[in-house]
Amino acid sequence: MSDPALLALNLAEARDGLTRKRFSARELTAAYNDAVAEVEPLNAYITPTPEHALAMADAADGRLARGEALPLDGLPIAVKDIFCTKDILTTAGSHILDGFRPPYESTVTEKLWQTGAVMLGKTNLDEFAMGSSNTTSWYGPVKNPWRRPGDNRPLVPGGSSGGSAAAVAAHAALAATGTDTGGSIRQPASFCGIVGLKPTYGRCSRWGVVAYASSLDHPGPMGRTVRDVAILLRAMAGHDPKDSTSAPAAVPDYEAALDGDIRGLRVGIPLEYRVDGMPDEIEALWRQGVEWLREAGAEPVEISLPMTKYALPAYYIIALAEASSNLARYDGVRFGLRVDGDSLEEMYELTRAAGFGAEVRRRVLIGTYVLSSGYYDAYYLKAQRVRTLIAGDFARAFERVDCILTPTAPSAAFAIGEKSDDPIKMYLNDVFTVPANLAGVPAVSVPAGLSGDGLPLGLQITGRAFDEETVLRAAEVMERAGQFRHLPSFVAGGRS
Amino acid sequence: MALDKTAVAHIATLARIRLAETELDPLSNELSHILDWVEQLNEVETSGVPPMASAAEARLQMRDDAVTDGGRRDAILGNAPRAVRGFFAVPKVVE
Repeated sequence: MSDPALLALNLAEARDGLTRKRFSARELTAAYNDAVAEVEPLNAYITPTPEHALAMADAADGRLARGEALPLDGLPIAVKDIFCTKDILTTAGSHILDGFRPPYESTVTEKLWQTGAVMLGKTNLDEFAMGSSNTTSWYGPVKNPWRRPGDNRPLVPGGSSGGSAAAVAAHAALAATGTDTGGSIRQPASFCGIVGLKPTYGRCSRWGVVAYASSLDHPGPMGRTVRDVAILLRAMAGHDPKDSTSAPAAVPDYEAALDGDIRGLRVGIPLEYRVDGMPDEIEALWRQGVEWLREAGAEPVEISLPMTKYALPAYYIIALAEASSNLARYDGVRFGLRVDGDSLEEMYELTRAAGFGAEVRRRVLIGTYVLSSGYYDAYYLKAQRVRTLIAGDFARAFERVDCILTPTAPSAAFAIGEKSDDPIKMYLNDVFTVPANLAGVPAVSVPAGLSGDGLPLGLQITGRAFDEETVLRAAEVMERAGQFRHLPSFVAGGRS
Repeated sequence: MALDKTAVAHIATLARIRLAETELDPLSNELSHILDWVEQLNEVETSGVPPMASAAEARLQMRDDAVTDGGRRDAILGNAPRAVRGFFAVPKVVE
């Protein structure tokens, strides 16, 4: 097969092709290594690992030839550069982790390699996953492979898993891992026209994932189709004794759940998600999504999630408090950057001033403030109480409905530099995604249509804790109904 | 809540981030703006509502108290900006 034809296959199709020996893992991986090089202008990868990938592909070919194939054998994927990979540079998009080569492998990536997946490289992200546009990375912004027709301005891929989303959309990876603290898998998936799933909190281990906000960080899969994401999730999920918040729950066969049958499924439509200033076309797409599910036999139910408007401010207090605590470890002593000073104290302060970018500093300062003596109750405890109410909203809704349908983000991708004048304008991007992080429930973004200026828009399905199967089943029905077949203006191997 | 320059400088000291004098004014504006915005939480009645620290089950799992890993000194020191004779090296702390 030619390279463009190989690159056009999705993960499930590539898996079939390998099993039927239509091509080898080495051929597939070589095509992807070339694709990674070709999309270099997008800045989606911080560290490509082409030789490592070929060695993994050869091992997979050996198993395939012996009839000992593993579930993901020979499938080349990208890894967000926030997962620690043994002896391979891991940056979290930050200057402060300069030269850091972890002596260990994260649980999630270890599971992926144990099921035969091939690592193409480490993808760019907002610094420490703090951002919604992938513009805060020390390694520079990622460009979205999509452009508005007739307009050459580069657009953001969303964030923080922007490199993973851009790589998958541009056919420079079959799929990718991401992490989602307030929308960082789902919003870039929406902006780049791919599928992204934030699983239930505790479903995928956080061990070896560079921490931003521990009670909100969720590793998860990103791919071209719902099926691809279901396949990847099964390999990534599972109990891990090394993460005390990891759930000791059995991992179902998510792919088997995609039976297309959503008859009688009750789908909640929350009134509070009609926010001011949301474009009509997103509202229209949302209505279209409701219709698709109704036509497949689901029953739409109007519901109320009254605390929705307080999710974002509660999130920013909790996330920033946890971040200020987690990021205290970057002190120039054990790894990464050190800026010398005359005293230990001065070394800490100079290292952290030089090593953290503007957005990270802003967040660490606010987090420090809300945890400081005299303000802890007013800000941090208050936000945690509001979090209880937000989780209560979902618990009550899920007594009446099986899942919830909303838009993923209030806009399509915007230009690099837009919205950077005001941090709050940027934070508002996460208005529909943040509530699921606070409640810990699973949510997926599925590409559902194009905006008036030709950019992808996603719809989000949220479900009960540990019920990713329902979320994925409904998402696949919507995917089938929406028939989203558009490609970005820039794909590796050209648009075929 | 407005944060003045002195407050920002104090927070920066707590956070161990050195700020230049010229950074204090813009940061005090930005941080005050963000804090004003989060204060909308005060509209929510939360008396009697318990705080939620995590979506995970609160009870921690027990495990055997056993050594399962270790003996990796050199691998760990391999990332240190400075290591001397098997130790992390830092500027002198005690005179």
